[in-house]
Amino acid sequence: MKVVPFIVSLVITIALIVCLDRQWGTVPPVGKFVSPQHGFWQNAEAVDENFNSTLVFPQLHDKSTVYFDQRLVPHVFAENETDAYFIQGYLHAKFRLWQMEFQVMASAGRLSEIVGDKTINYDRRKRRLGMGYAAEKALIEMESDSTTKAECDAYTEGVNAYISNMKESELPIEYKLLNYKPEKWSNLKTALFLKYMSLELAGGENDFEYTNAKNVFGLADFELLYPSSQDSVDPIIPKGYVYPKPGVNIKAPSTVDSLYFAKTDSADIAPVKPDPANGSNNWAVGGKKTKSGKPILCNDPHLGLNLPSIWFEMQLSTPSMNVYGATFPGAPGVIIGFNDSCAFGVTNAERDVADFYEMKFKDETMKEYWFNGEWKTSDFRYDTIKVKDKPDVVDTIAYTVFGPVMYDRKFSENAVLKNKYYALRWKAHDPSNELKCFNGLDHAKNYYDYLSAIKNMHTPGQNFVFASKSGDIAIWDQGEFPAKWKHQGDFIMPGTDSSYMWQAMIPQDENPHIMNPERGFVSSANQFPADPAAYPYYLGGNYPPYRGLIINRFLNQMNGVTTEDMMKLQTENYNVFAEMARPILIKYMSDSLLTEDEQRYFDTLKTWNLRNDVNEKGATIFVVAWDYLVKAIYSDELTKTKLPMVYPYESTLLEALLKDSNYKFVDNITTDKKETLRDDVTAAFKTAVITLRKADADGKLKWGKYKDTRVSHLVPTLTPFSRQHLPIGGGTNCINAEKDTHGPSWRMIVELTDSTNAYGVYPGGQSGNPGSPYYDSFIDTWAAGKYFPLWIMGRGDVEDKRIKAKIEFSK
Amino acid sequence: MKFIVSLLLTALLSFVSGLYLPWWGIAVAAFLVAVVIPLKHGIAFIAGFAGVFLLWGGLAWWIDAANNSILSKKIALVLPLGGSIVLLILITAFFGALVAGFAALAGSYLRKLVVE
Repeated sequence: MKVVPFIVSLVITIALIVCLDRQWGTVPPVGKFVSPQHGFWQNAEAVDENFNSTLVFPQLHDKSTVYFDQRLVPHVFAENETDAYFIQGYLHAKFRLWQMEFQVMASAGRLSEIVGDKTINYDRRKRRLGMGYAAEKALIEMESDSTTKAECDAYTEGVNAYISNMKESELPIEYKLLNYKPEKWSNLKTALFLKYMSLELAGGENDFEYTNAKNVFGLADFELLYPSSQDSVDPIIPKGYVYPKPGVNIKAPSTVDSLYFAKTDSADIAPVKPDPANGSNNWAVGGKKTKSGKPILCNDPHLGLNLPSIWFEMQLSTPSMNVYGATFPGAPGVIIGFNDSCAFGVTNAERDVADFYEMKFKDETMKEYWFNGEWKTSDFRYDTIKVKDKPDVVDTIAYTVFGPVMYDRKFSENAVLKNKYYALRWKAHDPSNELKCFNGLDHAKNYYDYLSAIKNMHTPGQNFVFASKSGDIAIWDQGEFPAKWKHQGDFIMPGTDSSYMWQAMIPQDENPHIMNPERGFVSSANQFPADPAAYPYYLGGNYPPYRGLIINRFLNQMNGVTTEDMMKLQTENYNVFAEMARPILIKYMSDSLLTEDEQRYFDTLKTWNLRNDVNEKGATIFVVAWDYLVKAIYSDELTKTKLPMVYPYESTLLEALLKDSNYKFVDNITTDKKETLRDDVTAAFKTAVITLRKADADGKLKWGKYKDTRVSHLVPTLTPFSRQHLPIGGGTNCINAEKDTHGPSWRMIVELTDSTNAYGVYPGGQSGNPGSPYYDSFIDTWAAGKYFPLWIMGRGDVEDKRIKAKIEFSK
Repeated sequence: MKFIVSLLLTALLSFVSGLYLPWWGIAVAAFLVAVVIPLKHGIAFIAGFAGVFLLWGGLAWWIDAANNSILSKKIALVLPLGGSIVLLILITAFFGALVAGFAALAGSYLRKLVVE
């Protein structure tokens, strides 16, 4: 029986190995994970890590060298562009592989494969939005263009060269924690990434909420709540510009009153939408107004802030191109940056290019729908969602002439839908090749190159700012935008015939634009692109006016502008909204009704310097008080029914109160008393003080503490990989639009002097590895409102002291 | 003496296995050493355990020092260890050691079975 102890100990050993080699719930395979030669310890990069290496890949055509500067920014010197894009793909993968793939999995609705059944609804939403469908159509368009195809193929090969040569111990730590492995990259994944950005930037709409509001309040009051113009508008193209007659004429359908405006069908769907704050600032100041006599271009795109950052900084240099700037891990080329001749940047155009149509299906099989007087056959897409450790989920999605049926009884975001079907017409479903735009900008030598490049940007529409060394500045509100009749697509449209379809696209040359204007600068901050009273096409009303207003005010006053002035402007915390709104709080406050304690807070508000700086208490008091005032005024009306609605824009309330203190919605309809603005302001302030007192007791009354900015890891539960409690001011309506989790994701300033003088910073670091000192190395600089000089390395600078390491590539 | 040799050999072979095999190569290493070097069963277990404990603990400590604890601080929060790096290194060493200890024990019993 001597064999028994052997067998017992052997079984224990094997059982231990098996148990420690598998995942238990969210606990990663412990043995594999803690092994110092395989697991997470391998991701603990030595702080003096030397990144030098020599790599050989048969896919390359020539020798190339990548020089890393002290911030780990790669400067790629290749002999041809194919090699440059291959290396870009390789470097993106080397430093950001997990993030690149995770973003694409999120875009494609494949997160459940990684994290299990808690993301099934998230994934279904992406499938029903038609993300995969859109990416497939874009891919065909991208691959039909030989330049784009070559660029994407090389990039994909570069990513895959890294993946193939990677040892398991080199897997990014998130793969080890979540226990899965990367797939090969593909051009489709690049297309899916671009659609991820399209959704973030051009996926916004309020069709269901606006329909509900119109039905509950009537069209007249709807227009009071959600106007399609603003008193304070200072559009991107200054007022007074004379627009030519529209090239396309569109007409509202004859049934518009009965079938559209007077229709009272509501739906309690509350769509999950991208952050409406996805916006940005950009401007270019002409040489007349700068100290150097050369233009200065500035851009700071506002996005959700995450680690690893959405941006990766690099320089790509070949005999035919020398471009520097922010790149997207997941796509080739530079997105926001500059070359030897010019600089370019973007802000979001904010147009509504996503509209819902109510469909009439013959029965619940959804095989046929009524369109133009006959039953039309639906196309079906069978989307299989793989779920980690669980059976697959199959979603059958019907496609109509408009697009996918996003909401029906099987998927409705918890609404009860009986015989109701809503199809989505989304511009991002139309084939287009946006990479061609960025390829063109990266190569652009002058205004005309810029112009022909940006014509390729269809979705998401962007305000492209431009400045060149030859002295030109320009801005185009560019995208392929549907020409709409007034209120078209603000509400759910009938989908039973073609009369409510988008009739035409606005001709590209009629997109609002301006070059070298008299005032000496161009700017945009997501405000109305054009004066809605003068522009011949309907623009909707989803534009925040205030950042644009204050940027233009400052730029108008400035002369002899330097890059330092621009840094100050980009990080400016002055709250112009508060400048206009605080007088209402002061004028209509019933002081006599305030307790001593409340009076103390009110005094702080009155003496506040209108700056959202980190240590200002007044900023917190203003924001909290205004929020309660908004609620006091609107919440009674908006919660009259259980139907989802959105709050009106800040500008709507402010402009209404500035015009008329007897604003219709001031009265609280749930009480017998007729409330006045004075009642609302005083009551709101008293409620605000309860919140403020609590914040004060917790030591969080100062604005920076109250706002509590953080940059979170893409997996929200991985808080130790996040940076929290960052001391940074600003906020909504400040040029420094830094909110709690959202804000300037890349700040760039480029002075187009003969030798380019550029500065930049982003809230992250070049490495996506939480175990690297380069993971978050820019965050403190960013939070402090400081910048790094951007080094445009020359071919002759190979001995420069700034070079920390180099990788040599050859075939 | 044989104990020290066993321990060191386990550590060395485990390290080499880590270059070519998955993490459980340490079990193979400890098992082989215990088959080859005669020790009492309990002592064999301790030699396997201690060999990998020292190897994994030592490697983790060394990597952590070169990394200025950038990652270990975070992982000691992701795994609920209250941010203790020492605990993280000890746990790392312990799991490897446990597997190696039992593998050495099995090796030692096998040796007894074959030799006697």
